[in-house]
Amino acid sequence: MKTAEQKTDIQQIITNKQQKRFIYKSEKFVPIFLFLMATVSILTTVGIVLTLVFETFTFFSEVSFVEFLTEKKWYPFSDTEASYGIQSLIIGSLKITLIAAVTAIPIGLAVAIYLSEYASNQIRKVVKPLLEVLAGIPTIVYGFFALTFVTPLLRSMFPSMEMFNAVSPGIVVGIMIIPMIVSLSEDALSSVPQAVRDGALGLGATKWEMTWRVVFPAALSGILASIVLAVSRAIGETMIVTIAGGSTPSNDWSLTNSLQTMTSYIVQVSTGDAGFGTTIYYSIYAVGFTLFIFTLIMNIMAYMISKRFREEY
Amino acid sequence: MQTMESQQMVKRLPKRILKNKLINGLFLVATIFSLSILVVLLARIIMQGYSWLSLDFIQNFASRRPEEAGVKAAIIGTLWMMAVVAPVSCILGVGTAIYLEEYARKNKLTRFIQMNISNLAGVPSVVFGLLGLTIFVRALALGNSVLAAGLTMSLLILPVIIVAAQEAVRSVPKELKEASYGMGATKWQTILRVVLPVAIPGILTGSILALSRAIGETAPLVVIGIPTFVAFLPGSILDSFSALPMQIYNWTSRPQEEFHALAAAGIIVLLVLLLLMNSIAVWIRNHFQKR
Repeated sequence: MKTAEQKTDIQQIITNKQQKRFIYKSEKFVPIFLFLMATVSILTTVGIVLTLVFETFTFFSEVSFVEFLTEKKWYPFSDTEASYGIQSLIIGSLKITLIAAVTAIPIGLAVAIYLSEYASNQIRKVVKPLLEVLAGIPTIVYGFFALTFVTPLLRSMFPSMEMFNAVSPGIVVGIMIIPMIVSLSEDALSSVPQAVRDGALGLGATKWEMTWRVVFPAALSGILASIVLAVSRAIGETMIVTIAGGSTPSNDWSLTNSLQTMTSYIVQVSTGDAGFGTTIYYSIYAVGFTLFIFTLIMNIMAYMISKRFREEY
Repeated sequence: MQTMESQQMVKRLPKRILKNKLINGLFLVATIFSLSILVVLLARIIMQGYSWLSLDFIQNFASRRPEEAGVKAAIIGTLWMMAVVAPVSCILGVGTAIYLEEYARKNKLTRFIQMNISNLAGVPSVVFGLLGLTIFVRALALGNSVLAAGLTMSLLILPVIIVAAQEAVRSVPKELKEASYGMGATKWQTILRVVLPVAIPGILTGSILALSRAIGETAPLVVIGIPTFVAFLPGSILDSFSALPMQIYNWTSRPQEEFHALAAAGIIVLLVLLLLMNSIAVWIRNHFQKR
């Protein structure tokens, strides 16, 4: 009996020791493993940049960089006179972005100020989640809404408007980014300390004077950052402009005609028959690269604005 | 600065109060306007689509004839894709969050990873589509399979999950961890048995919201060439498939009215799916917040 007991004891010791060694090993191994997971996000960025750079490079071995920048027409589908001038697509994207900004900034800021300064707690508790619902609606749904509701509505008011135009998707992209402006600006406004408000009100300012002259300037960096981020989102928006904007690259600033943006061109080629390895195939990378640079600059700008002008309380 | 006569001040007061009230009203109108958009959007889509909703619509495959068309392949395809996206994005996201919050030193590399994550969140989804097309579809030769689409979507929503998980991990009280260390637990044991259980409601809420975003994303799927017209179900993650937003996109881009109604019906299905997921997220948040 005794020997059997001893045996289990020894076994126990061995297993304990093994367990400890395992724990010790896993303590060393786990951080490395987790670090590898963290590198995936870096690898993603590296992957994006490398893909875009390499394929864009191939594109520029077939089309000159100067043509890409200076040519007025974006007309890749012609067999004989294909021309690649990115300007038309950039103008298309800017048209949409401008209309979206004009729609979203005033409304978004008004809602943000209302929620943070005027609304009661109960109203805020109801409105904020509802706006989050608006933010969670897929862009394909917004695109459908633009095509089947906003466009007919606009065309009944302005008969000269084409079926595909800049205004309808522009407004709807604006609607899409309103929740973003509201939530980020509201955060910035409500992080202004109550003491600042009390000071202004104590001096006899009305609520609007307090908001406009004191709270708004104090929150300005956060508000500007939210606007820049929202505009960056508008430039990159794809499905709404694809569905409701048409696919005619144009170099003018007309708002009533069909247009094409950088994103909707990528979609058009992806759904079409442009075979792998053709110039058209590589052109989507050049366009994607241009788009990436635009949004990257805006994202860095938003970061710098919120960092540089951050008020410390 | 000139001091105002008190008479003058009293005279100006009603005007200032009126201005305040007017602006209050104006902002209220803006708020009501943006909420009414939501109402109009939902009402329009329900009116357009509800008559096409039926059990057949859910059970039928895509068809050229609107009366026979359904979303079966799209729904099942979406579920297949999510079966890839959910584990991949959650494991990577939570792992990264734990690394950044618990292990990473406050050095340049960590700051770089952090900045990189917030930057990735701002990259347009169509660019992620180009990444997926080049790496997964072409280089790894996965074709327009469930796996290729799932991996692309995982990378797309990864930043959102990381940020949500980081916040959840960060909000775990320090005392809990210290107690665990005091009992002789190692770091990983503490994370696994103390930090994660406390953080899991927050992680789940953020993950479900991110996953519901992946369900609705269309642009990357279009770019990696996911077909819109599919009359079969995938048998493995290497098979081709279609997803709900692709099916809706296909119907939307046809000129006939019937297909627009079908698209609306498809959108209702999609929105119900999203609503379901969001309510689960809200339920989790409320359920665990009470404690």
